[in-house]
Amino acid sequence: MSMPFYVPPEQVMKDRADFARKGIARGRSVIVVGYDRGIAFVAENPSRALHKVSEIYDRIAFAAVGRYNEFESLRVAGIRYADLRGYSYDRTDVTARALANTYAQTLGAVFTQESKPFEIEIVVAEVGVDSDADQIFRLTYDGSVADEQGFVAMGGASDAAEERLGTGWRPGMTLAEVLRLAVDVLGAGENGERRALDEGQLEVAVLDRDRPRRSFRRIVGPLLTRLLGETPAPADASAGAGGTEPAAGDGGPASSGGSVDGPGSPTPPG
Amino acid sequence: MTQWSTGRPRRLDDAFLSAGSSSFSEFVSAYRPELLPSGRRLPSGASIEAPHGTTIVSLLFDGGVVMAGDRRATMGNVIANRDMEKVFAADDYSVVGIAGTAGIAIELVRLYQVELEHYEKIEGAIMSLEGKANRLASMIRGNLSLAMQGLTVVPTYAGFDLESATGRIYSYDVTGGCYIEGGHHSTGSGSVFARGALKKLWRPGLEEQQAVSVAIEALYDAADDDSATGGPDLGRQIWPTVAVVDHSGARFVPADVLEGHVQRVVASRRDNPGGAR
Repeated sequence: MSMPFYVPPEQVMKDRADFARKGIARGRSVIVVGYDRGIAFVAENPSRALHKVSEIYDRIAFAAVGRYNEFESLRVAGIRYADLRGYSYDRTDVTARALANTYAQTLGAVFTQESKPFEIEIVVAEVGVDSDADQIFRLTYDGSVADEQGFVAMGGASDAAEERLGTGWRPGMTLAEVLRLAVDVLGAGENGERRALDEGQLEVAVLDRDRPRRSFRRIVGPLLTRLLGETPAPADASAGAGGTEPAAGDGGPASSGGSVDGPGSPTPPG
Repeated sequence: MTQWSTGRPRRLDDAFLSAGSSSFSEFVSAYRPELLPSGRRLPSGASIEAPHGTTIVSLLFDGGVVMAGDRRATMGNVIANRDMEKVFAADDYSVVGIAGTAGIAIELVRLYQVELEHYEKIEGAIMSLEGKANRLASMIRGNLSLAMQGLTVVPTYAGFDLESATGRIYSYDVTGGCYIEGGHHSTGSGSVFARGALKKLWRPGLEEQQAVSVAIEALYDAADDDSATGGPDLGRQIWPTVAVVDHSGARFVPADVLEGHVQRVVASRRDNPGGAR
């Protein structure tokens, strides 16, 4: 009868962490970056259907890198969590902090208890009334949470990307500026070579501070082209992708006197 | 055990992480059934008196649909509420109006709004109008046991079908039967009188403003003959709730526009209470 070798817990944890890190580093990067009117999410993702960035709740969004099936199950869980909380309490009682804590518990438990850790890294971001009130939480495979200021890069070569973001980013940039910065950072290679990324390879979404209720919207098509273009974008560039939209309101049963929110849907506008 | 009952953060339950349903109500009925109207049981044979909301009218116009509801809730012979809202935005392109036990109906609408948004977020697409109408039907069906004890909810659902670019009206019965209506529909205790008015006033190809006016006049006729339907209250400035859904989405008609319509209807009925023309 063979006895299993004794493996010290430090080694177990290190092996698991190395395993998770390797999985994450294989993936393409995602950048979450604050701008003057909200928070922008830029992912290198050629797929139009399988998203790395998603709406969670009115002011909260989710971005992830790593294994799709693992972060997709957490994304769905987050939407269920937020909707259940908003339904049983109130819409204002759903916060990114509570969701980040719950995700952290889940990731931590999976890291120590399951046969394999999740090979993912996620960001939960909540847009506030001004950029000081914005919250960006970064969660790693082992359940640790970091409250980030301004910007986050996840995925392959994220350290180098964060460094570039750190030199290029300053508070109060416009959406066009942060998008060009993010694309610049995503396209930078290991040894100084550059890849040109066009709209087709990018998944871009924002949490727009000025939109009432559901603030998440995807940026696609002509608006994205315009924002990424070299010419400085018009001042209202972050707002009006969607052609005609209903005016905003809160839409809860107690308040049908207002009108409904504009299409916060992930369908491409106009 | 959940993170709410213990008050400290815990990992997400398997119910949250399981794959499959993009329906919020299915998730809640599996995880926290007591949060749903259908998850509650009344003692058998019991019945209670609760505020009751009534008349909802809806009609198609050229390019969309109008839904209007009066503002009164009654409990027996008492007016329980004179400025209650009974027409709600269900999502960007549809509205739902409710008649029946007010408390259950409002809870049902809240659940329905979350249901549609939940699907949209999880699937990344808007549900078809037919699909939305059927989801509402299954929620009404879930309320059947409460309905049998007198706590009925009978909604009307109206929306703009983005595929065919037309407005549609769906009516329901207490058992969850869902019927598509051509032209116009009314529900609630004043519906008989409102229907009579709509039959005479509605015609195909109305314009939006005409449709709003017809809806208000139909509610006026309902209030004229049904004590549970509130008429326009000029003294308190309480107007009916009127929602319009067209290609640009769902919106509510603002109070100043409503006031104009109501004044016109009331003036036209002076010395002509039946509205003969």
